[in-house]
Amino acid sequence: MGKRAIETRGLKKSFGKTHAVAGVDLAVSAGGVYGVLGPNGAGKTTTIRMLATLLHPDAGEAQVLGYDVVRDAQAVRSRVGLTGQFASVDEDLTGVENLLLLARLLGYSRRLGRERATDLLDAFGLAEAADRQVKKYSGGMRRRIDIAASLVVTPELIFLDEPTTGLDPRSRNQVWEIVRGMVAEGATVLLTTQYLDEADQLADRIAVIDHGKVIAEGTSGELKASVGAGSLHVRLRAPEQRAEAERVLAGVLEVPAEPSADPAALSARISDPERVARSLAELSRSGIDVTEFALGQPSLDEVFLALTGHAAEETPEEDAA
Amino acid sequence: MNATSAEQASAPVTEDALRSVLLAGERPSRPGPVLTSLTFGWRALLKIKHVPEQLVDVTMFPIMFTLMFTYLFGGALAGSTQEYLQFLLPGILVQANVMITMNTGITLNTDIQKGVFDRFRSLPVWRPSPLVGALLGDLVRYSIGSAIVITLGLVLGFRPEGGAVGVVLSVVLLLVFSFCLSWLWTMLSLILRTPNSVAGVSMMVMFPLTFVSNIFVDPKTMPGWMQAVVEVNPITHLATVVRGLMDGSVPAGEIGWVLVSSVLLVAVFGPITMVLYRNKK
Repeated sequence: MGKRAIETRGLKKSFGKTHAVAGVDLAVSAGGVYGVLGPNGAGKTTTIRMLATLLHPDAGEAQVLGYDVVRDAQAVRSRVGLTGQFASVDEDLTGVENLLLLARLLGYSRRLGRERATDLLDAFGLAEAADRQVKKYSGGMRRRIDIAASLVVTPELIFLDEPTTGLDPRSRNQVWEIVRGMVAEGATVLLTTQYLDEADQLADRIAVIDHGKVIAEGTSGELKASVGAGSLHVRLRAPEQRAEAERVLAGVLEVPAEPSADPAALSARISDPERVARSLAELSRSGIDVTEFALGQPSLDEVFLALTGHAAEETPEEDAA
Repeated sequence: MNATSAEQASAPVTEDALRSVLLAGERPSRPGPVLTSLTFGWRALLKIKHVPEQLVDVTMFPIMFTLMFTYLFGGALAGSTQEYLQFLLPGILVQANVMITMNTGITLNTDIQKGVFDRFRSLPVWRPSPLVGALLGDLVRYSIGSAIVITLGLVLGFRPEGGAVGVVLSVVLLLVFSFCLSWLWTMLSLILRTPNSVAGVSMMVMFPLTFVSNIFVDPKTMPGWMQAVVEVNPITHLATVVRGLMDGSVPAGEIGWVLVSSVLLVAVFGPITMVLYRNKK
């Protein structure tokens, strides 16, 4: 326990004048999911490529599972698996051929390699597509074969670079289940994502990256707490009382209350949870009936906005074809 | 449509199945360079099986060139198409093979664009094996191309004095040279950004390389400076060797020339390719 799966100090990489990674320090403990969250172009993929020995850092150091990514690159390669936009499979080959190819390259005999490929395809729900060319797979199947390809030999550490980008919700849930399953078996997963709810759902700890730098790090709870206590959501019996309720809440909470899309609801960000009880009492005293109220932690969207000064980039989802 | 129906039919990912594959994934001992290279060669063959259209360059091109040059220029250049064919066929065999090598670079660049290569680079295997394997797979392509040209030649009336032995020896030498020349294209494919630009630049190198040689005509009619270029062009020596072997002579000096230039090609472009490969962004 307490063993470090990844440790980087001052990791840097530039492409021409672009400082893709401008000094990243990470400390990732073994076991569990570590999320790297950031918008497109924040330097997530470049960081992973350096950790996976595909790219030489310009400066800084990185140890993966105790091995230096430059000096002991082969040792790192034999212990990690990677899946992402960059490490894909051969679209011209069938699912089983792809896995067999990797199994053979990793030292399996033809017979054991074929068994291994079949087992993986079964486990990932791809048995029926085994003999079909990967280019004919749907988006979700494609992502599953990508992940299966990085598990031919069970790695100690798995890099997943935006594993659910462009997937429909059902396929995304399947990928999440796979990630949880891998972690349950003791793997460490480093996951990059631009989806805040994905990091929130899966990651034990999160590093927020922007412009090639880690701008915040912690559990999702810690990140949220660093931004503020959260917000109060209130729903009224009579929508026409909303304006008055807005005034009452603002008065007690000392922050502006904002009407929600729901005509009977409003919410306010709160700095001091103490005042919440008082504000609700005040509403009732003013003759405003409240049907529901909820005290929520801030969303990671709000965290991101607070940390970076700009919203996390929402790229429109591609069709999961 | 096909894909969706299969996805619906496929079983969802089950935790138990996932657990058992993860537990079973023990690392076997690491395979050696020969085995990994051959495995990558096997991949190249699988790709031919799945995408047979890619064989156009090894089938249609050589056929087209042989027919066109024989019948367009044969009469004018050598008095009769039959006589020209006897001169041209070994040369066109060289040209066909050398042209086919370009495909290596285009394929490799496509792999890089699609991200397959990063997966290979992330494997703990002998580093040049993906490249060597691809080139081994290409040997099959060269052999197909050579078989087609020779067969067509025989049908059209080409008669090699050197017999089967001469023909086989010249094809072997061609394979060696083509394998070595391919490192030039692997290097290019790691420098240029798209498969199209690789194809463009390769053509630019390839045309002068094959035409400014003794493949199509005897260099005697060329201006002196061009004869000098033809003289140092390795393709000229290769064509001379292939002609000689098919004609029943053994041009030992020329064979030496070809082997030396083959070794030089690998010695220069091999290491450059590997450095680029290691540092590929």
